[in-house]
Amino acid sequence: MSLELVCPAGTPSALRAAVEAGAHSVYCGFRDETNARNFPGLNFSPDEMIEGVRFAHAHGAKVLVAINTFAKAGAMDAWKAALANAEKAGADAVILADLAVLDHAATHHPNLRLHLSVQAAAATPEAIAFYADTFGVKRVVMPRVLSVEEIAKLNAAIDVETEAFVFGGLCPMTEGRCSLSSYATGKSPNLTGVCSPPEHVAYSEDKNGTATRLNGFTIDRFGAGEQAGYPTLCKGRFMAGGKTSYLFEDPVSLNAASLIAAFAKAGITALKIEGRQRGKGYVTEVVRTFRAAVDAIDAGSTEVEVGRLLAGLVEGGRQTSGAYKKAWR
Amino acid sequence: MSETEKSTAMTKTGLTLGPVLFNWSPDRLRDFYARIADEADVDRVHLGEVICGKRQPFTEGLWPELIERLQAAGKEVVLSTLALPYNPRERASVIDFCKVGELAEINDLTALPSVAGKPFLVGPFINVYNEGAARFLAGRGATGICLPVELPIASVAVIAAELPEVEFELFAFGRLPLALSGRCYHARLHGLHKDGCQFVCDRDPDGLPVDTLDGQQFLAINGIQTLSNGVEAFCPTPDELAKLGVRRLRLSPHTVDMVAVSRLYRALLDGQASRGETLAALKALNLPGELVDGFTRGQPGSARVEMV
Repeated sequence: MSLELVCPAGTPSALRAAVEAGAHSVYCGFRDETNARNFPGLNFSPDEMIEGVRFAHAHGAKVLVAINTFAKAGAMDAWKAALANAEKAGADAVILADLAVLDHAATHHPNLRLHLSVQAAAATPEAIAFYADTFGVKRVVMPRVLSVEEIAKLNAAIDVETEAFVFGGLCPMTEGRCSLSSYATGKSPNLTGVCSPPEHVAYSEDKNGTATRLNGFTIDRFGAGEQAGYPTLCKGRFMAGGKTSYLFEDPVSLNAASLIAAFAKAGITALKIEGRQRGKGYVTEVVRTFRAAVDAIDAGSTEVEVGRLLAGLVEGGRQTSGAYKKAWR
Repeated sequence: MSETEKSTAMTKTGLTLGPVLFNWSPDRLRDFYARIADEADVDRVHLGEVICGKRQPFTEGLWPELIERLQAAGKEVVLSTLALPYNPRERASVIDFCKVGELAEINDLTALPSVAGKPFLVGPFINVYNEGAARFLAGRGATGICLPVELPIASVAVIAAELPEVEFELFAFGRLPLALSGRCYHARLHGLHKDGCQFVCDRDPDGLPVDTLDGQQFLAINGIQTLSNGVEAFCPTPDELAKLGVRRLRLSPHTVDMVAVSRLYRALLDGQASRGETLAALKALNLPGELVDGFTRGQPGSARVEMV
């Protein structure tokens, strides 16, 4: 069976771009704290979601709605409304992480197809079986701690579909289990749907160059003339044990394109591209390229031919295949 | 005041010694727990390797004698399970730990099927951010929940008020557990692969400090775990705790004199020492970092304790 390509849509125009570029599915979220890309200028109103689903369905593509943050205590209404609005829009699935949201969805929206977000960090057959048996979860997005071999073994032990990130931003920490951003800034993916939030970022220049800071903590330093990167906390340079290094992760992004055939062999159902914060030009290029690669593998092309298709994707930034290869650990 | 509130206010606040998060040798652990058994003012002690499955073979033979030692001293013993199990041996260890017969604390939902039908505790590595998640776990048998460290204090009060039957616990002392990874940072720093890590994390019994390029104390690493450099010191008055609905505090083991720490917290919770006295006494100990308490004040977790 072909791999399903799941593509990011931060805005209605990115959704249209992804669908037109060949996405089998797009994922997107509502414009509030219910989704883990709660950035200004992104996401969908309920009406835009209805229109987006209509457009995708007319082109044979599916829409998966991410409602993947943890509901705030005593204030679950936004998450309940997001579930109701996703169902009303005709979403093909919702992507959830919080036990309370899963429980509410399974009880009050029995016809909604449920996917388990990477934020739930379910990495074992026992945890996945729990979500499948309890809430009827049909697909699990793989935590980015497993190698391809481990995902293959996992797939053999579970009854639900799996989806794996293949391209885009990369968290070195287990998603859904990280409070680094809230330790530094008070805001975090689990609490507010943001990491290393822009309102806490400062670039300050002195005689040694530029320091990038997050709420006063220096995340990296750049020499004069060097391009200063965004201070994402876990991609910074720090001092430990007498050494200065990118201790947690180099400023790299994920590119597991060379592993597409291995993913297919491992029994993975869907490949996911990260990047709901990216513009439609980027989305078009990445989606078109990956769709060609997936189709080529489907048609029995060799790894070399597929590699040629994907060669254009490297855009200057450094890339890694992350945890999918065990040496990353 | 309702009957439940009355009984809550009258019950003595529990004091827990959490699991040792660091790679301590069996000898060190044996000595540590012997002293805890004889001298520490805690009523509950958690045992078990929570962070790294690779460390488990060194300590698994130790737990039966420690369980006996601590129980003989009148402590309630809880077995804490691994927070990020994924290979078959680690998964088996989680299941085995839940079946020993002692009360288990689960730190990943992998353990949930293994505690079905019996009471269990929920550790701070499980995402309980609202009353719905707490109610769900209580419905499965959770009798106590140690809430995630970043949970806003306003949320703590809301959740606890909704579920008076559950004993809610807060992480009150120690470097804050902030993140877990598939990657081992100790191994990476030493130029080693995780599979051949040589267990270098054992050189840093309180974790290895991580400073910013401008020399600010920031974080600490412990194998696959990242902690705060700052030492959490949540020192509420008994009234504040009762208002929050929190009935238990957790002290996380460090190389500092934990017997002294336990006595300071016991005196605080019993109303025999003020917050200021407790903080001053904690500060005088040989701590691995500055005192922080931002998470319990609605601030970034790194916010320093304001001394009174």
